[in-house]
Amino acid sequence: MKKEKLVVIGNGMAGARLVEELLARGGAAHFDIVMFGDEPYGNYNRILLSGVLAGTHDPRDIFINPLSWYQEKGVTLHAGVRVERIDGRQKLVHGAGGITEHYDKLVIATGSSAFVPPLVGLKNESGQYKEGVFVFRTLDDCTAITQHAAKAKKAVVIGGGLLGLEAARGLLELGLEVHVVHLKGHLMELQLDAKGGAILQRTLEGMGLHVHLKKNSRELLGHERVNGLLFDDGSSLACDLVVISAGIRPNVELAREAGIHVERGIVVGDDLRAPNEQDIYALGECAQHRGRVYGLVAPLWEQAQVLAERLSGRNPQALYTGSQVSTKLKVMGIELAVMGAQEVTGEQDEEVTYMDATQGIYKKLIIRDQRLVGAILLGDTSSAPNLLSAFGRGTQVPESRSELLFPSMGEASTPSVLQLPDTAQVCNCNGVSKQNILEAVSKGHRTLKKLCDATRAGTGCGSCKKDVQALLENAVGDNSVEDPSAHYYVPGVPLAKAELVAEIKARGLRSVSAVFEALADGREDVASKTGLASLLKTLWGKDYEDERDARFINDRVHANIQRDATFSVIPRIFGGVTSPAQLRQIADVAERHNVKMVKITGGQRIDLLGIPKEKLPEVWRELGMPSGHGYAKSFRTCKTCVGSEFCRYGLGDSTALGIAIEKRFQGLESPHKMKLATAGCPRNCSEATTKDVGAVAIGGDRWEIYVGGAAGSRVRKGDILCVVDSHEDVLKLMGRFMQYYREHGKYLERTHDFVERVGIDKLRRLLVEDEEKLAARLDADIQAAVDAFVDPWEEAMRPHHPSQFTHTLPMESEASGSVARPVTAEA
Amino acid sequence: MQYEQAQSMSVVYNLGLATRVPLGEGRTFTVGERTVAVFRTRSGALLATQAECPHQRGPLADGLLGGNVLVCPLHGYKFDIKTGLAVGHACGSLKTYTVELSDREEILLRVEDS
Ligand SMILES: Cc1cc2nc3c(=O)[nH]c(=O)nc-3n(C[C@H](O)[C@H](O)[C@H](O)COP(=O)(O)OP(=O)(O)OC[C@H]3O[C@@H](n4cnc5c(N)ncnc54)[C@H](O)[C@@H]3O)c2cc1C
Ligand code: SF4
Ligand code: FES
Repeated sequence: MKKEKLVVIGNGMAGARLVEELLARGGAAHFDIVMFGDEPYGNYNRILLSGVLAGTHDPRDIFINPLSWYQEKGVTLHAGVRVERIDGRQKLVHGAGGITEHYDKLVIATGSSAFVPPLVGLKNESGQYKEGVFVFRTLDDCTAITQHAAKAKKAVVIGGGLLGLEAARGLLELGLEVHVVHLKGHLMELQLDAKGGAILQRTLEGMGLHVHLKKNSRELLGHERVNGLLFDDGSSLACDLVVISAGIRPNVELAREAGIHVERGIVVGDDLRAPNEQDIYALGECAQHRGRVYGLVAPLWEQAQVLAERLSGRNPQALYTGSQVSTKLKVMGIELAVMGAQEVTGEQDEEVTYMDATQGIYKKLIIRDQRLVGAILLGDTSSAPNLLSAFGRGTQVPESRSELLFPSMGEASTPSVLQLPDTAQVCNCNGVSKQNILEAVSKGHRTLKKLCDATRAGTGCGSCKKDVQALLENAVGDNSVEDPSAHYYVPGVPLAKAELVAEIKARGLRSVSAVFEALADGREDVASKTGLASLLKTLWGKDYEDERDARFINDRVHANIQRDATFSVIPRIFGGVTSPAQLRQIADVAERHNVKMVKITGGQRIDLLGIPKEKLPEVWRELGMPSGHGYAKSFRTCKTCVGSEFCRYGLGDSTALGIAIEKRFQGLESPHKMKLATAGCPRNCSEATTKDVGAVAIGGDRWEIYVGGAAGSRVRKGDILCVVDSHEDVLKLMGRFMQYYREHGKYLERTHDFVERVGIDKLRRLLVEDEEKLAARLDADIQAAVDAFVDPWEEAMRPHHPSQFTHTLPMESEASGSVARPVTAEA
Repeated sequence: MQYEQAQSMSVVYNLGLATRVPLGEGRTFTVGERTVAVFRTRSGALLATQAECPHQRGPLADGLLGGNVLVCPLHGYKFDIKTGLAVGHACGSLKTYTVELSDREEILLRVEDS
């Protein structure tokens, strides 16, 4: 049978989801699929754009399907090509740039655009939006807003609905003064009643947002760029950034011009087909079904499933009968759940409310005939699962209304996800029900990751992951299979660290490529290279066969790459103790090379920033100091306080100890960086208790050794490994711990995670009490690693490769004498 | 998506001996007005892409290469080095160039248009 051609216009959440659902039903056997997307990307999760703006999500993390996905699946995607015309008679779709495709079946999924009210002064003379004026709908909008925000101070968001507030949150996070201007009497009037709106407003104002209600914007001020907003009442507001978020308009022009019946949206029946067209369908925000145009994702998931059932022939009779809209949202981080009616509609309705303005909590239920017909939960949505299921299934609600509002008060406390009915929705971002998850478990997806990948639950905002985990654990009980790959040392070699080490030793694998060859079927995996290099160096020391391409650039040139592709140079200053001569030397070098910035680091060193790659050897030579390893996954530095020699509180010589530590362990490779410190007394001026390894003097020559502390993205106080009574023993125990961490830490596992994983008790038994008689061997191995140390900056004299420090090679080749000139030119 | 241009000139440049690029790594070359990152895989194959990452202009020649995947050194965005396609992000694809090894082990880079 010849395949039919399916053309999908719109590569947004609905269009791409339809194609996925279709492929999952074997649709590739029936159709050649062609997609047009106005945006030049694969498909991304639009819901998470607010996170991108707020900086909580990286743009690359919101992608559902990157461009390579389309290639893999054999779907032709015209990315960045806007469809200009549909010719229903000839069954052709005409895209920009003369791209034309014939279709047998056509699906329109063009979504909607931001509605922009007719403001005076919106555009500049060349017909563009004034500089600083944006809408908020696409990734490009997001990028443009972020870029402009970097040089702006005061932002106004026109529109106090969900999207407007999300935009406002992002701008607040970017550090701007933010004003929201709203036409209506309260915020989010589509979801909230007046009381709810007022409470939300109070909470938001507490977060620093300025809210202006009942304000009709009239004019954007400024010439080329916006500098203020003028209202109908004559008042005005100065600003240098404006986001217009006054609602959305379905994208229906294409359909309308093609003669397809359009009202507010493209009218479709329960079969999602345009009634007078044999082969044209529509879904998503551009479609109007039974009089409704939806503005949320949940309904379009259902539409995509129904249409995929029909088109794939799995169930040609499948019908879409509309969606019940209930939503759990986060508005600027405040939880909100709304479902059904917002206000009572007559005598028969009962209203139950609870309000705690100082806590920002508002709850309202509307009950009719003992059934829940509507609810608003703001600030505390703990009872939402309960209510959603009562609302969804239309069951009778308990007599005690407070039980409904406060689940923990009644007998029936919040049902955990386990108690919910199978139809209950667990993942709201992707519309995944409890049943979907249980089915996937029974099909063998028995690890959290596989389960999430298979159902997509947890892949949106991620807040339902713990529920998915609970369902998994409950369903498989003790048979839960742990994801073996979670234990691999590196992703590309299917072995946990201990087994990997055993294989490497048994087979004598001394280079990264030898490991790929022997243990990964010869498949080189980019994400595994640096981890293997670090492990091999630790295992073989000077017998390691060094392949430079397995190193991250920092470790190839022994400096830390900066955002402009220059490098930072941090010479070692042992224990943070320097001298006038050394300072003078550094100053001279910095001056001679016009160093862009000279900075004192948090680790008591001096950083020279902005050195071009070519200049690195010269700078090192002139400094005449060893590398401070401010770039490597290795021992970094040991910060010290003044200690007993000068400080009037000092109980121990923390500077001398710190210098000894740094001299001994400098440059020691490890699974992740190690930052150390010594403090001369428990006042802890050098913050030794929150370092990877730290020593604190407690008097009488005694030192507490702390391990697993952290004060980075996570803050953790280290655990006391032991108390020792000499500098020598501090060095010994620290070394023993470091060697054990080098051997057993996962790649990129900081000591704080490592110590928690292994447990401090076990570490004490192994390293201090020496229960398994490891200590002598660990001590010997760390000594060998210390002995093998070579200052990498010596490569200033003996480069590893002639172009090790070359950034840009000219075309001219000295090596061969042949010239980089055009050798042929063909027309 | 890239479209073949119907009529284009192509010029081949000789960039000198392949050993100028260390095995498994990349180096940036200036070729006339443009910069190109040339990579040499461990198996000796040559590959070439535009020199700067479309994200924030990271120097791709300083990236890590493994299998078909090139990772930018600045923020870790990934690209399929053969097709130039973005892997898992939105920053667009890379322009790729045809590059070959001459009989005398030199790098021959083909550049479309003049
Ligand atoms: C910032 C933001 C936050 C949101 N938060 C939530 C939330 O928390 N919960 C929720 O349920 N919903 C939320 N939404 C709404 C949700 O994103 C939409 O309901 C959903 O994206 C609609 O999907 P769609 O495919 O119909 O439209 P879209 O995702 O807009 O996709 C339509 C695509 O078609 C393309 N297109 C249009 N015309 C053409 C043409 N002529 N030729 C080629 N391509 C064309 C467009 O470029 C676009 O990529 C949010 C929306 C935004 C903007
Ligand atoms: S930690 Fe104690 S010894 Fe060290 S500087 Fe502070 S007060 Fe002085
Ligand atoms: S510049 Fe390449 S990933 Fe950011």
